[in-house]
Amino acid sequence: MITLRLMRALAGREQVFLALLAALIVLVPVGNLVMPPDSVLHIPTGTVVLLGKYVCYAILAIALDLVWGYCGILSLGHGAFFALGGYAMGMYLMRQIGTRGVYGHPVLPDFMVFLNWKELPVTWWGFDWFGYAMLMVVLVPGVLAFVFGWLAFRSRVTGVYLSIITQALTYALLLAFFRNDMGFGGNNGLTDFKDILGFPVQAQSTRVGLFVLSVATLAATFGLARWLVGSTYGKVLVAIRDAESRTRFLGYRVEHHKLLVFTLSAMLAGIAGALYVPQVGIINPSEFAPTNSIEAVVWVAVGGRGTLVGAALGAVVVNALKTVFTTGALAPYWLFALGGLFVLVTLALPQGILGLLERRRAAKSTAVSPKAAE
Amino acid sequence: MTVSPLRWLCACGLWLILAVAQPLQAQPATIPADAATRLAEDGFSATEAAIGLIAASGAPHAVAALEAMADRRLLFWKDPARAIWRDAAGASFDLLTGEAVASPPAGASLVRVNNRLRGAIQAALGTLTLLSPDPQRRLRAAEAVLRSRDQAALADVETALARETVARVRVALLEARAALILTGTTADRPTREGAIATLVDVADTTALTVLRQVLPTADATLKPVIEAGIASIERTMAIRDVAQTVWFGLSLGSVLLLAAIGLAITFGVMGVINMAHGEMVMIGAYVTFVVQEVIRTHAPHLFDWSLPIAIPLAFVCAGAVGIAIERGIIRFLYGRPLETLLATFGVSLVLQQAIRTWFGPTNREVGAPSYMSGFFEVWGLQITYGRLWILVFTLVVFACLLLVLRATPLGLQMRAVTQNRRMASAMGIRTRFVDAMTFGLGSGIAGIAGVALSQIDNVSPNLGQSYIIDSFMVVVFGGVGNLWGTLVAAFTLGIANKVLEPFAGAVLGKILILILLILFIQKRPRGLFALKGRAVEQ
Repeated sequence: MITLRLMRALAGREQVFLALLAALIVLVPVGNLVMPPDSVLHIPTGTVVLLGKYVCYAILAIALDLVWGYCGILSLGHGAFFALGGYAMGMYLMRQIGTRGVYGHPVLPDFMVFLNWKELPVTWWGFDWFGYAMLMVVLVPGVLAFVFGWLAFRSRVTGVYLSIITQALTYALLLAFFRNDMGFGGNNGLTDFKDILGFPVQAQSTRVGLFVLSVATLAATFGLARWLVGSTYGKVLVAIRDAESRTRFLGYRVEHHKLLVFTLSAMLAGIAGALYVPQVGIINPSEFAPTNSIEAVVWVAVGGRGTLVGAALGAVVVNALKTVFTTGALAPYWLFALGGLFVLVTLALPQGILGLLERRRAAKSTAVSPKAAE
Repeated sequence: MTVSPLRWLCACGLWLILAVAQPLQAQPATIPADAATRLAEDGFSATEAAIGLIAASGAPHAVAALEAMADRRLLFWKDPARAIWRDAAGASFDLLTGEAVASPPAGASLVRVNNRLRGAIQAALGTLTLLSPDPQRRLRAAEAVLRSRDQAALADVETALARETVARVRVALLEARAALILTGTTADRPTREGAIATLVDVADTTALTVLRQVLPTADATLKPVIEAGIASIERTMAIRDVAQTVWFGLSLGSVLLLAAIGLAITFGVMGVINMAHGEMVMIGAYVTFVVQEVIRTHAPHLFDWSLPIAIPLAFVCAGAVGIAIERGIIRFLYGRPLETLLATFGVSLVLQQAIRTWFGPTNREVGAPSYMSGFFEVWGLQITYGRLWILVFTLVVFACLLLVLRATPLGLQMRAVTQNRRMASAMGIRTRFVDAMTFGLGSGIAGIAGVALSQIDNVSPNLGQSYIIDSFMVVVFGGVGNLWGTLVAAFTLGIANKVLEPFAGAVLGKILILILLILFIQKRPRGLFALKGRAVEQ
């Protein structure tokens, strides 16, 4: 009953999206684990990992769509929250290595032994406990976003100014994490992970498990975001996007609304990063690069901002394109394609792919309806 | 420090011989054949005599030969007596004439050296190089004497000092002399006080080190003088440090200003977020590279003119690209700043990749014309010509830009359009044309900046990226739409960066500045010098 009512509340594309996720959860494990390797239906583990990466990016894209598409805050620093979540997960995974590192130190990760450190820095305390690490995955990006947002929204920094200082934020973090004495592995970052909750990270079954978990998280993220934007709170967010001053004069505390959605979005980005790291097996400071954050913005723009489903779609499409371009002879042209995509989307497709589809359907139905009226 | 009488004698003897031989130095001298004969005797005393002969000859290759001997690269034959040396690359040269020897005969033996001979070689080399015609060599020799505290060299230093004309070498010689006098045992009190006064006059780190080193062993009456000297030098150095920081800060500030000044037009005046601004700078730098390549292959004598030629070309090229971007993309996005940001970021990716495809991903070599290299010293501060010219150039560009905005019809129209587009249009101003020209002007200035930055930064496809965030910070910090604000902001950030660097290190200093800026923008969202009035709300 409840499911039925819920499904009815969702638009057609959203039903398709959720059905697709459900199909992925079932088909990918079956294709990878059950089907024999020579079968046509077999899905290689490499593909599973690749799909898992796309799914993590899709979570990030939905988080970004929540602030940009619905609240008009163009954050050029969401890659920083993603990377912070990733680092929190990476630290847990580093602590799990234990004595299996190159230097075999029971407590210190290899790079600390290499730097001649004697004891674990305070920032690393507790990361051997999974629960604490998961708390940090949401807490670190959340607190950073809260403090940053509190300062920015209170003094009414908006529009491009906000975009530029979010970019400066991720740039500052990039520089900071490159430093060895920050204690996060410097240039090389964290890698060589062994196992997660006792399961070996490299094992096929763990990878499939992580994939399923990622898809489930994507579905949950979508559900949360969908519920949020459908609520009164979500309507106020849209109002802020379209007419901030007017919303304020109507008596809404614009700063509070913005701060909540910004913090929540940063936490979601952190979760995406935490799922991403065990699948790709490394986290390093280049994840903080301002370019990454801007690329995430273009995923949302390509898919269609303010649609949630579109953001996820854009993340998958653009990254699939990236995989196609960067693995073959087309590699030198990837940046041309990406750059062209930026221009094309902003000039010709302001509503993204979803907008294009919608317009087509609308055109078809208006073309059909006069006949029906006759 | 004890000095062996033999070395004294040897050095004095060498000096005498050298003094006599001095007038002969003008003609291309060879080393007397006797030197080879003495070497062929293969005895330490005979070799020492040969060293004397080689040093006294004043031959231009004497230094190379002596260095070869110290490094055990000098070979001799017994019958007939002959000697050659090999350079580090393995090529052979005749000892007497200094000419290259294609295929030395077999049966050579190595000239043996012991520590005593090494000392003699070093002393001979010190003297030879103290009087060398090359100021760089003289400078190195003087520094070597200062380090070794070799009392034997005092006389040489005095002679060298008497004829030295290059200021830097003179300072080094003065320091060397003072150090020798203070560490030696022979000088009387007035001479020592004179030496201290000399060091206080020079007042650099070397002088300070010398004084600190002699302080514990100096006699009680001289100690207060030395202590006062140290205090005085420390005071001078502290002031100099501040001046140094300010200069470095101004230098960095000029780079920031140069990179940001074009953005002050496109972003500050027009309100267009141009993420491809850094790539305009990059285009300017590559124009410089191309101009230099053409000059190198077709007209090498014009090399010093490469920058003056590149400046207008860079302005035109970057300006043309800018106008193309404005006409092709940005004009459709006026009033939608976030979309503009994304589209121009796409343009920046395309431009970078285009440059990478045409010129390769590696750094390209851009040379410095003669007036850009070298440095001069003002009151102990090293000022490099390159940095000085960039500072001057930046200020000139800034002044020109102000002039264009204030005193030309185009500037008037620009201001009119940015302040009230519809009214300006009603007065007959072609607003679209003005938009394109304004954007072209900002981009062209970024191109000019690229010419200057090619002199101090790596010319690679990533050149622009490293400036874009800094440039935006400068413009936002200074207050959007305010050129003077941009100027003040650039120099403030430059100096603040350099002040923080010694405490926090370069990277952490930069992070600190970014954080401070983020906090500052929270406090004053419209910059240091915010525009007031209705224009603000647009």
